Amino acid sequence: MTVDTAVTSASGTAADTELVQLLTPEGERVPHEHYDTLIDDITADEIRDLYRDLTMSRRIDSEAIALQRQGELGLWASLLGQEAAQVGSARALRPQDHVFPTYREHGVAWCRGVDPAQLLGLFRGVDQGSWDPKENNFHLYTIVIGAQTLHATGYAMGVQRDGAIGTGDPERDAAVLAYFGDGATSQGDVNEAFIWAGVNNAPVVFFCQNNQWAISEPLERQTRVPLYRRAHGFGFPGLRVDGNDVLACLAVSREALQRARDGEGPSLIEAFTYRMGAHTTSDDASRYRLDSELESWRLKDPVERVKAYMTREKMADQAFFDGVEAEAEQLAEHLRTTCRSMPDPHPTTIFDHVYVDTPPTLRAQQEEMARYLDSFVDEKEAQ
Amino acid sequence: MTALTIAKSINAGLRRAMDADAKVLVMGEDVGRLGGVFRVTDGLQKDFGEDRVFDTPLAEAGIIGTAIGLALRGYRPVCEIQFDGFVFPGYDQIVSQVAKMHFRSGGRLRLPITIRIPYGGGIGAVEHHSESPEGYFAHTPGLKVVSCASPADAYWMIQQAIASDDPIIFFEPKRRYYEKAEFDLDQEPDLPLNASRVVAEGSDATLAAYGPMVKTCLEAATAATDDGRSLEVIDLRTLSPLDLEPVYASVRRTGRLVVVHEAQRTLGVGTEVAARVTEECFYSLEAPVVRVTGYDTPYPPARVEEDYLPDLDRVLDGVERALSY
Ligand SMILES: Cc1ncc(C[n+]2csc(CCOP(=O)(O)OP(=O)(O)O)c2C)c(N)n1
Ligand SMILES: [Mg+2]
Repeated sequence: MTVDTAVTSASGTAADTELVQLLTPEGERVPHEHYDTLIDDITADEIRDLYRDLTMSRRIDSEAIALQRQGELGLWASLLGQEAAQVGSARALRPQDHVFPTYREHGVAWCRGVDPAQLLGLFRGVDQGSWDPKENNFHLYTIVIGAQTLHATGYAMGVQRDGAIGTGDPERDAAVLAYFGDGATSQGDVNEAFIWAGVNNAPVVFFCQNNQWAISEPLERQTRVPLYRRAHGFGFPGLRVDGNDVLACLAVSREALQRARDGEGPSLIEAFTYRMGAHTTSDDASRYRLDSELESWRLKDPVERVKAYMTREKMADQAFFDGVEAEAEQLAEHLRTTCRSMPDPHPTTIFDHVYVDTPPTLRAQQEEMARYLDSFVDEKEAQ
Repeated sequence: MTALTIAKSINAGLRRAMDADAKVLVMGEDVGRLGGVFRVTDGLQKDFGEDRVFDTPLAEAGIIGTAIGLALRGYRPVCEIQFDGFVFPGYDQIVSQVAKMHFRSGGRLRLPITIRIPYGGGIGAVEHHSESPEGYFAHTPGLKVVSCASPADAYWMIQQAIASDDPIIFFEPKRRYYEKAEFDLDQEPDLPLNASRVVAEGSDATLAAYGPMVKTCLEAATAATDDGRSLEVIDLRTLSPLDLEPVYASVRRTGRLVVVHEAQRTLGVGTEVAARVTEECFYSLEAPVVRVTGYDTPYPPARVEEDYLPDLDRVLDGVERALSY
């Protein structure tokens, strides 16, 4: 038995696969009849903001990796290479939209206004998500692969029932954005989310960052067709975008989110990108993938291409880039100091939020733990 | 004699099972080229080929569901679930399908499936990577549930699990994966799969544990000798069916039992052990059976896990409670 890989075309060939791209890897702006109209209001200032978001996202990531190496974090899931997919999609959101991330969406969190230091708690092992999801309409990270796509769909069904779509009021109409990976597309939950969203015409956008890998498994282990094409079978549109092109990601996300807000239902965006780092700091990617693959994607770097574009179009000078760099350093310093001073939770707090209405039996266990811990204090005092 | 870690022993056991029976398959997420995130299946794909050792799509219901089909077709699938907390997308297939197929078919259909699950905490991991879900499975008729605690047991029990015509949920103590011990790879195993064993003899109280907590209990027993206490330690090894004869025999001598597991307390394995020991050894008991377990909360963030997990001190505290009753 062998699987015929010759007919497998998970990535698709150039001939049969359309990739929305507005900015080439060299930073040249390529015209697009349709998607240009979605970003033609973008000012040079906003391009500079996007560059800043990309740089800050990358800096959050590199600082977190450093903190992990220093033993301050137990683990980190790097977004390196996926900055444009995250920033482009997140900057298409309105405040009233709601986001359901995986564990890798640090750039999205940044764009939503979550203090990046708050992302560290989960990875440090002091909490399981310390930000208030309601404050920035940014849900907790979900580690169980694919589960959040159903939550996003249900949330969108709620938005629908609240009449918060199709009113034409830009302050009111809302969409839901669900992030997930290429590996996640194999989960039952994700396929059920597609079905539910389709059947209910729910205002949700499924944003798949196809970074080509699910830990050690390449895309071919998950699919034999380009992922975006699956949408068709579920009854809604799907497209593939250059996930390393922040302008293209912004344009396609704007369109899909507006569709949802207008009451026209779900869509799937496959952001074609690459996981430049290991799966997490615990992973050794050299065991399963070639450096040459990494090299070819390095040429498509999502941050460098915006920089090249801005330089070419004279949108920014060295002083601007230096300024962003300095700001990124400040952010890194904020992450370092906040992370190092994050206290370990007191053990007895683990009982506090198991239930809304804590049963007396659990309170009794909490007291049992407290007494036990106190017995050591007494022992020390006795010595 | 060979010195192997628990992880390497399972690897060696898988190899032997695959050599012995061409129908044995290994399937799961990242088990092929990577050799699993804990390297338990390291090198198997290279040596047995991609038909027998394969990376599956990222879908636990699919892993278990297709293993059922493969088993119906005559294969003996060994499924790897990457971490304890990720078995649940496959839970329906396990409890509604794997567990009941033999029963529903009036004995005509057998599902010789082994489901390997690295479990338990103490490794500083993020959520869903440190859980002890064995109780859910032990509560399900039709499944046999075991856990190994030493390299020799890991090596033999995985082979016995694969050879079993009943489905086996095989819990691997992930924080003990790198514990090493010498044993003879060729000497036949001294116990069948579903049997418990006394691993340290003692006379003042009995400790019963399994998986990662066996080592903790052995250390507690060693520490207790400083206080002149002699503790017997029993490695339960099998959680369903339970093999409690050695526990009854021990409790009849010591009169005191402390059951230890990482899993939360309520309706856990310790609860069943306590009930049965009370039924069987009522007149020998000098104290109620003590349970030293995780608390009835979700597994907490890593920086407080040491206070959630039973450790040497908590085990000894449990022993004190049993002795001073
Ligand atoms: C239900 C479940 N099964 C297994 C895992 C272990 N796991 C964590 S990440 C991962 C790969 C995810 O790949 P993908 O969806 O492509 O996202 P990426 O990590 O590439 O962003 C796996 C298998 C998990 N977290 N949840
Ligand atoms: Mg991926």
